[in-house]
Amino acid sequence: MGFNLSNSWNRDLCVLGPMDSLRQSPSPCSSRPSSPRTPPCEMPASVGIEAVLDQLKIKAMKMGFEFNVMVVGQSGLGKSTMVNTLFKSKVWKSTLPGLGVPTPQTLQLHSVTHVIEEKGLKLKLTVTDTPGFGDQINNDKCWEPILSYINEQYEQYLQEEILITRQRHIPDTRVHCCVYFVPPTGHCLRPLDIEFLQRLCRTVNVVPVIARADSLTIEEREAFRSRIQKDLKSHCIDVYPQKRFDEDANDRILNSKIRERIPFAVVGADQEHLVNGRCVLGRKTNWGIIEVENMAHCEFPLLRDLLIRSHLQDLKDITHNIHYENYRVVRLNESHQLPRGPGWVNLAPMNLAHASAGQLTSPRTSKACKQAQEEPKYDF
Amino acid sequence: MSTGLRYKSKLATPGEPGDIDKQYVGFATLPNQVHRKSVKKGFDFTLMVAGESGLGKSTLVHSLFLTDLYKDRKLLSAEERINQTVEILKHTVDIEEKGVKLKLTIVDTPGFGDAVNNSECWKPISDYVDQQFEQYFRDESGLNRKNIQDNRVHCCLYFISPFGHGLRPVDVGFMKALHEKVNIVPLIAKADCLVPSETRKLKERIREEIDKFGIHVYQFPECDSDEDEDFKQQDRELKESAPFAVIGSNTVVEAKGQRVRGRLYPWGIVEVENQAHCDFVKLRNMLIRTHMHDLKDVTCDVHYENYRAHCIQQMTSKLTQDSRMESPIPILPLPTPDAETEKLIRMKDEELRRMQEMLQKMKQQMQDQ
Repeated sequence: MGFNLSNSWNRDLCVLGPMDSLRQSPSPCSSRPSSPRTPPCEMPASVGIEAVLDQLKIKAMKMGFEFNVMVVGQSGLGKSTMVNTLFKSKVWKSTLPGLGVPTPQTLQLHSVTHVIEEKGLKLKLTVTDTPGFGDQINNDKCWEPILSYINEQYEQYLQEEILITRQRHIPDTRVHCCVYFVPPTGHCLRPLDIEFLQRLCRTVNVVPVIARADSLTIEEREAFRSRIQKDLKSHCIDVYPQKRFDEDANDRILNSKIRERIPFAVVGADQEHLVNGRCVLGRKTNWGIIEVENMAHCEFPLLRDLLIRSHLQDLKDITHNIHYENYRVVRLNESHQLPRGPGWVNLAPMNLAHASAGQLTSPRTSKACKQAQEEPKYDF
Repeated sequence: MSTGLRYKSKLATPGEPGDIDKQYVGFATLPNQVHRKSVKKGFDFTLMVAGESGLGKSTLVHSLFLTDLYKDRKLLSAEERINQTVEILKHTVDIEEKGVKLKLTIVDTPGFGDAVNNSECWKPISDYVDQQFEQYFRDESGLNRKNIQDNRVHCCLYFISPFGHGLRPVDVGFMKALHEKVNIVPLIAKADCLVPSETRKLKERIREEIDKFGIHVYQFPECDSDEDEDFKQQDRELKESAPFAVIGSNTVVEAKGQRVRGRLYPWGIVEVENQAHCDFVKLRNMLIRTHMHDLKDVTCDVHYENYRAHCIQQMTSKLTQDSRMESPIPILPLPTPDAETEKLIRMKDEELRRMQEMLQKMKQQMQDQ
């Protein structure tokens, strides 16, 4: 799986000096960082600030990470399989609704939490599934339970944050990333997709993916992708990685490359097959084996790298610094009080169901959309 | 595969050649006469395709009939789709093969199941089918019946998404609204995204759900007990593979040195006409080569008759409610004929009676001889 900590910590610390002179980190088992080596009888060339990185790393190892993902899409698009493939463990049993069980009339979300460990690092992963989304005949407002859930998590965190005696580490159940599964019609986004994406991109990081992409040939895939990108642009839907949150030129270059390929065309599989002597995860059909981790077949590695290897911390940061702050500002304005030191702040009870009715649209986001419409050219 | 018409002419008793000649009436050649006449007249067939957009309906129609009916189609963008309602579009094409002409009409239903709120999205389709029945009913009850245009829908291919776990609520709603009006043939679309075990499970699941919801899809007729084993085996395989898992393709690719209709993926080539890859061949054979006429018959004999009976019942119940007219004979919605046409009808009736009397006299004379 590969948690690449050095990359994600880099951006938080504004490392002094060029990035390539990063010191090798010590083994995770050592409890004390090694001091910078200085040749004797010489002025030290560096102060030794890099050692702080190591300290942070050790602390992170001890504390572990939390990551909350939500998967949204119609039933049968391979959401549970995709989660299993991403985290290489049976997070979900492939859910098949029983025969005779009617599809639930209202959307019911359920979450599963697992602790995954790799190389001494613990990740507390919570996956929230949304069965029944978009499956009814009338799918009006099927996004409201999802929005309510997301806002509930923000609310919980907010309540913890404004306590007088706060916990040292507030348990973070906020949704860091929402993976939206677009069915591979090959045409363009459906009205339901547009409605959902418009509403959710304002509240949470959304990563759209083309699900079950093994039904599209390469040309169809590219045509579909460019049409989706056009649709997203024309409806001012800002999916992750959001252009306006790019911090510097490096970020922009890195993220532009990702933005060109969004939405990724993914295939999920939880069975292994033998191909050329190697054991690979894939789907075996009568005309060939689709290898999930082969970039020539599908873009699953890109999704995995984005979510886990390179942008996991960024997803959490944007959720905390931007989406959560937006929510907080709106809530506090509603209660007409700013939190002061002494005193218990009572926020007005929130009607979470109406959260989608535009109350939580930050003025910043709508301005950004207007700007986007005026400047149609993006500097890629 | 032999798709020849099967005729059996049974001679009464085998005897001397002279006797056989006397006993052999010779009507065993009737099917050939029908055949010749049909070839001259040509056939017509109306096929409806329904299902959500993006399931490969137009591609499949192209693959089935090898004609591109959708050359000038423009795909709607996402904004246009938001305000789209279900439409009914008809494309007609004349196909000729080995001297036999087929006038094929494809009825397309763009917009079905695409909106956020799809309540009753099958109503325009159901209304269209009823309209065709009504028009045929009027034409049939009219005076000039020589050139009746048969626009009734003979078969509806319903595309089920392979990504679900069975039938979706929209699928059930559509099929229940139309199963008494048209022959429904359910298909699993885009079957190249399923591995064989998934295809099997999905087919079983769909069959169970069709039974559970009481949907009457088109049933293949039983083959006679005196058919040969080959034919019976084919028939059994056909019934067991329903619903067909199909793939369509507009492109020809090279596979193992041959040019085949298929789809080129990085991991392999899916051949549309390969029975191990999908059921396209079974569908084509069923639809065109073996069951086309049966589909038309069932439409005429079952669905249309149901509609007609229902219509007449409604009319009589309405009329008996107005107590003025009491008539035991069901009254057809004929336009009241004017005096001149009435005279014509009377004259024709008398002529017919005279001719019948003459025929009777001739028969008598022949018997007396």
